[in-house]
Amino acid sequence: MDFLWLVPALPLLGSAINGLLGKRLPKPVISLVACGSVGVSFLVAAGLVLSLIQRAPEERHVVQTLFTWIAAGDFVATAEFLLDPLSAVMILVVTGVGFLIHVYSIGYMHAEDGYYRFFSYLNLFMFSMLVLVLASNFLLMFVGWEGVGLCSYLLIGYYFDRKSAGDAGKKAFIVNRIGDVGFILGILLIFATFGSMEFDGVFRQISQRFPAETGLGILTGIALLLFVGATGKSAQIPLYVWLPDAMEGPTPVSALIHAATMVTAGVYMVVRCSPIYSRAPFALEVVAIVGTLTAFMAATIGLVQTDIKRVLAYSTVSQLGYMFAAAGVGAYSAGIFHLMTHAFFKALLFLGAGSVIHAMGGEQNLLKMGGLRKHTPITFLTMVVAALAISGIPPLAGFFSKDEILWSAWAHGHPAIWGVGLVTAGLTAFYMFRLVFLTFSGEERMDEHTRRHLHESPASMTVPLVILAVLSVMGGWVGLPAWMGVNRFAAFLEPSLRFTALSEHEPASHALEAGLAVLSVAVAAFGIGAAYNLYVVRRESAQALARRFAGLHALLSHKYYVDEIYDALFVNPAVTGSREVLWKGLDVGIIDGSVNGVGRTIQGSADLLKHLQNGLVRSYASWILAGTIAALFYIYSLIRR
Amino acid sequence: MSILPYLVLSALLFTVGTIGVIVKKNIIAIFLCIELMLNGANLSFVAFSSYLNQVHGQVFVFFVMVVAAAEAAVGLAITIAIYRNRNTLSVDDADIMKW
Repeated sequence: MDFLWLVPALPLLGSAINGLLGKRLPKPVISLVACGSVGVSFLVAAGLVLSLIQRAPEERHVVQTLFTWIAAGDFVATAEFLLDPLSAVMILVVTGVGFLIHVYSIGYMHAEDGYYRFFSYLNLFMFSMLVLVLASNFLLMFVGWEGVGLCSYLLIGYYFDRKSAGDAGKKAFIVNRIGDVGFILGILLIFATFGSMEFDGVFRQISQRFPAETGLGILTGIALLLFVGATGKSAQIPLYVWLPDAMEGPTPVSALIHAATMVTAGVYMVVRCSPIYSRAPFALEVVAIVGTLTAFMAATIGLVQTDIKRVLAYSTVSQLGYMFAAAGVGAYSAGIFHLMTHAFFKALLFLGAGSVIHAMGGEQNLLKMGGLRKHTPITFLTMVVAALAISGIPPLAGFFSKDEILWSAWAHGHPAIWGVGLVTAGLTAFYMFRLVFLTFSGEERMDEHTRRHLHESPASMTVPLVILAVLSVMGGWVGLPAWMGVNRFAAFLEPSLRFTALSEHEPASHALEAGLAVLSVAVAAFGIGAAYNLYVVRRESAQALARRFAGLHALLSHKYYVDEIYDALFVNPAVTGSREVLWKGLDVGIIDGSVNGVGRTIQGSADLLKHLQNGLVRSYASWILAGTIAALFYIYSLIRR
Repeated sequence: MSILPYLVLSALLFTVGTIGVIVKKNIIAIFLCIELMLNGANLSFVAFSSYLNQVHGQVFVFFVMVVAAAEAAVGLAITIAIYRNRNTLSVDDADIMKW
């Protein structure tokens, strides 16, 4: 366990080497440093988790203190890493999926300028993310939280010569800052209330001071403020708008940061803070409703997007909504379970999309693809596996995790959330297979030049695809639902939730659970069938449908006009106000005015005073005389008194 | 014997010298007026010295005389230099050091 610090330190070292020396290193060395550091980090993490598992469940809580970070009076913040089942799952997912994506990037980025810069940022991201999930206090978590935000910004704007990429980076950064204000306020409120920022100290106090389900105002406030941070980082309503634009970054970045790891930080945080949330029922309700709404809304937008990466981006937003819905109904382990399986199949989908884009020479429009099955068979097969997994077809990973969430919603008495979740599952299956069919089947709609260029990606890209496909198939088997046996995943996470007030609900019958599972599979199958019908059997009927519901179609393809509304409500007033009031009024008028005014005053008074120096000796003598007389009078008046 | 007449004379000499320095344009005249001021001060020194029975004032007079002699040497040299260059003795014509 002494090597815990190595897990984040290795990627940091890799980032430093590539960032400082990368310009002079040959590409193979850069790749080796970047992938090697993450790979070794994964091996260390795997070793640590194995030794963690060998302990008794109640001893699975290891804290490694590195150094005292801040010491100011009563306030002490230490740099401490915490390894417990929850962070164990996270570091395995982050380093494992991260390593595969690093390997994939070697092939995907081989022709790009700034190869070393890309890998340096990517490694820095790994470091920040690992600090985030390993931190044992809120302050250190915030360091990682901001670090991943910074790396996200840097990597979205990787193609900095494109204005759209720069704008997307700024949008992501600013929207995340809005969320972070809430997050840091929540942290400060925690410190003000409990006098500590250590997870353990805070949660222990909460479990002792507050009985379960009290819904105390202060806890609700903390929980809601933290959730504001989560909506920013994890792209939930109302702060989800940055994630689809973040697709301007290179595809491996979309896979790693904007699908598999960073955007799940909010879910991780909510689950980590479950001792707080579980005693703030109102906040939990908000989390569940926001998650469910986001899941549904993003899925409907995903139905009509034509950019392959944007479909996946909205799908990510939607799946994150599922995870929040799970946390919101109190099924924390189901949320983390879905986080893990989602990391597998969504990373796979993005990497597959990257492989398609690679083959298409940079084209991302689904309507210009088609018939790629013959040209890119491995990508096709792995993408189908991922699509089946996300649709929730047994026995793939997504079935177990999504069903766990739906079942938890039902069992914890939220039938409305269950219903919306079920509909969303159908929509998910539909848009996922719409993407698959538009890309891989039908006639080849690209131009002649692109068609001749079509090729399967190199092994460095296809091997990670295959590994992720295997994980997408088998990843769910660690958490078989209760009706199939023991849910080992939930049991494994239990020590991390020891301060959580888990709500007791009546043990429902396994038959009902199995029946609902069959129902959700049927809905997913219906979605797939509808997609097959519309996009393979009768191509023209999709357009006919779009024409028939032209208003709805326009609403969806314009993403509910949310960006336009935000522009009108927040962005344009801010821009106009900044330009007209702050710049032209305050800056030019008051700040520049005062500086120039000081200059003008001095100049004007100097213009008057300069006439004193007229070169006439006699006038100088007169002034000396006058001064002397004045001085004498002054001294005289002092003496007289 | 009263010290007052001496001081009155000293003040008169000093005031005449001061006014002369300011109103006169000729450099030589200004010099003479400066000498008047110095000697007005000197008169006060010796008057007080005698009145207070102390030798300090007389010692100071010697210092002032030495300074006056040195000043006259430097000042006359400057005066001659100005006259050679500008062919004038009026201080108002030497006014190029200004804004």
